[in-house]
Amino acid sequence: MITSKSAHPVVKWIDERLPVFTFLNRELRDYPTPRNLNYWWSFGSIAGVVLVVMTLTGIMLAMQYTAHMDYAFDSVERIMRDVNYGWLLRYLHMNGGSMFFIVVYIHLFRGIYFGSYKSPREILWALGVVILLLMMATAFMGYVLPWGQMSFWGATVITNLFSAIPLVGDSIVNWLWGGYSIANPTLTRFYALHYLFPFLIFVVVALHLVALHMVKSNNPLGVDAKEPQDTIPFHPYYTAKDFFGFGVFFLVYLGFVFFAPDFFGEPDNYIPANPLATPPHIVPEWYFLPFYAILRVVPDIEVFGFILVEAKLAGVILMFGSILVLFFLPWLDSSKVRSARFRPIFKQFFWIFLADCLLLGWVGANPPEGSFVVLGRIGTAFYFAYFIIIIPLVARFEKPLPLPSSVVSSVLNEKKGERS
Amino acid sequence: MNKKIQDAGAAGDDESRRDFLLLTTGLVGTVGAALSAWPFIDSMNPAADVLSLSTTEVDLSPVETGQSITVVWRGKPVFIRHRTEQEITQARNVDLAELRDPVPDEDRDIRPEWLVVVGVCPHLGCIPLGQKPGQPRGEWGGWFCPCHGSQFDTSGRIRKGPAPTNLVVPPYRFINETSIQIG
Repeated sequence: MITSKSAHPVVKWIDERLPVFTFLNRELRDYPTPRNLNYWWSFGSIAGVVLVVMTLTGIMLAMQYTAHMDYAFDSVERIMRDVNYGWLLRYLHMNGGSMFFIVVYIHLFRGIYFGSYKSPREILWALGVVILLLMMATAFMGYVLPWGQMSFWGATVITNLFSAIPLVGDSIVNWLWGGYSIANPTLTRFYALHYLFPFLIFVVVALHLVALHMVKSNNPLGVDAKEPQDTIPFHPYYTAKDFFGFGVFFLVYLGFVFFAPDFFGEPDNYIPANPLATPPHIVPEWYFLPFYAILRVVPDIEVFGFILVEAKLAGVILMFGSILVLFFLPWLDSSKVRSARFRPIFKQFFWIFLADCLLLGWVGANPPEGSFVVLGRIGTAFYFAYFIIIIPLVARFEKPLPLPSSVVSSVLNEKKGERS
Repeated sequence: MNKKIQDAGAAGDDESRRDFLLLTTGLVGTVGAALSAWPFIDSMNPAADVLSLSTTEVDLSPVETGQSITVVWRGKPVFIRHRTEQEITQARNVDLAELRDPVPDEDRDIRPEWLVVVGVCPHLGCIPLGQKPGQPRGEWGGWFCPCHGSQFDTSGRIRKGPAPTNLVVPPYRFINETSIQIG
């Protein structure tokens, strides 16, 4: 409860009945935050801002969009040409999707680098992976709605993944489609779910924040903030820092919206969907490329000449596995030291892993031929080796650097170093 | 000690500097956020394709004296009545003092034989009856609104019932002898 005598009587009256002000005070103002967070820690709140922007623009677009295979494409063109600021809303939404993934991927790699997934933050981490999966589903279904060529054929390829499931695969695909091909029933259900999923994301984000505030933020040193001197109140220190981050973020985001709105898009998606002609080169949105690469390069898995798993099914399993493996990361990495700053070997592998993800993305953007297949297989093998072999082994055999005794001592030592 | 005093002075300056920065950035941020709400709000206003439907051309040549037609303009019905001599006289010989919304009939038409009014009752938006033969036209021979009983005369003016104003005359012009453009 707000005990401060300076609180306004109305605030007090409300707070004694519904403690919103106490809550805000505790979680957004006094909330103790490590004093040494760097700008990599701004990406969580930036992701929250993007979610809000996506929801607002999405609601406005939904008012103008027609979810019917005969009208969807034209209704999007009407938004672009006739609706007041429709072009702005659509470009904000379109590029917002890409921004959301950039921000969340940086957030995720920050978590890996600084060991933010380790005890006691395992559930916090797992909820983050759930958000990522929900985002991917939402983005995929949203991409279908404009009903262009890439929408249609992307939807065809991705839903056909489920046909790899033995025995019931085809029935599942027909169930997903609501028919025997991607058609109106598919479009209307994708629209309904594309509207629903962001609200599920909001729910999981709320849980993510509850978990965060339970265990508090990690920090670049990865040592627990124990003393009061290790932390500073969230407001005004990190509100100010986060708002500066928002400013820089919006410069980049709006730079794309106003000056290169189709930078992330595929020109083919401005051709209306044609169920009788596949574009020569289908690629998903850039944020799916590494996973798409894994899907395509996996060969038949053979044991002594017997085909154990067919390439199609193996690709699907590995593609989903590449995300599901993240759930197990807290237990695969048994090193007690969180931050890569004190883990010289882990640090090197981290950068190789990041490069590997970029390599897979590059492979995914290119046709699955020749050396790209070889590169993709090496990249895929390393991706899984990183989680399943390298991380456990490094955790076991690496000798970490000595840790600072506390956040405050390290910060003050750095200051001294700067002065001398 | 000297240094301490300097620090204290600096802190004082800092405070007013910070207040100023907080105030100005806060103000710019608030104004920016408020302005960026406009595209969202404006997107709900009529779009260009809706605005482009805001004129309607009507060919009057098939409408005989005494007949009425209803056309659609901006999604609303527009009543066009080819008035008889009797109806015109009736509309013109009204004492304006009797009217709730006093407007002479001369100001409500371009050519007396053609009356053009929006067929939406100014009370709560129902469509009055009286366009088709056999429908009630009320005591004044114009239109009768079935929702709440408003009655209009042969000039579309309110004579009885809850409607506060006359049926609205839309902007229109004769593009030639026998056709008009509404809007």
